Amino acid sequence: MDQHQRTYEVMYIVRPDLAEEEAERVISTVESGATAAGLSVKNVERMGKRRLAYKVRKFQDGLYVLLTVEGPGSAVAELERRLRVAEPVIKYITVRVDEEQKRLTKIKKIRDSKVRQRPQTAEAAAGSEPAPATA
Amino acid sequence: MADEEKKAASTTGEATATPAAAETPAAPSPTPRPYGRGPGGPGGRRPGGPGGRPGGRGEGGPRKFFRRKKVCKFCVEKIDSINYKDVRLLQQFVAERGKIVPRRLTGVCTPHQRRLTAAIKQARNIALLPFAARY
Repeated sequence: MDQHQRTYEVMYIVRPDLAEEEAERVISTVESGATAAGLSVKNVERMGKRRLAYKVRKFQDGLYVLLTVEGPGSAVAELERRLRVAEPVIKYITVRVDEEQKRLTKIKKIRDSKVRQRPQTAEAAAGSEPAPATA
Repeated sequence: MADEEKKAASTTGEATATPAAAETPAAPSPTPRPYGRGPGGPGGRRPGGPGGRPGGRGEGGPRKFFRRKKVCKFCVEKIDSINYKDVRLLQQFVAERGKIVPRRLTGVCTPHQRRLTAAIKQARNIALLPFAARY
């Protein structure tokens, strides 16, 4: 039983030829599908209509939606299955973001602590370099 | 025979020129440069793409590029996250036809290039970037 709570971003593209309210309905069904799959929806961001970099199902542009969810991987697999089946969703991608988030906070921490040390390390690096270069 | 002599002369000319080119960037950067060997070998061809690339004198032009030390944009500007959603950023590292630009041309450091590559591939998957731009 791995029931790790992880954060994922699911970006999906809704076909562009739907009426606005229909598109909204699709978005809300995906959202409810996510909760039904056992994920807690953190955020839904409509990124608007964008031109696709290449044709997808003969569509040149699409309605991008970014869904941030939290839950176990098995639930994400279920959500992906739903997206695959959903007719108006033409493409989707799931990216796990919690590790990256962790990394970023870590880097920030290190950077904040390093601000004082930096001048020293820079000098040391400059001093040690010319020797191997000439030799 | 005379041709061979000429070739030999030109190659030695290149060989003598190469260390000079290699040394200049060698001083500031700590890593043993992969592209330091470039101008003499196959690398000489690539930066000289637009102009003439014949050995000897012709290389004087492209080598000016080598003198300018390339720096990793992500290290310098302290861009921590390389995200697939940031199309503007990724586009700078994608050639016209959609190829990922190699490190040796952009100067991006290895860890960042790795992240960049992953992000570009994710962006391609969700049609934010093209796999191959139409011509």
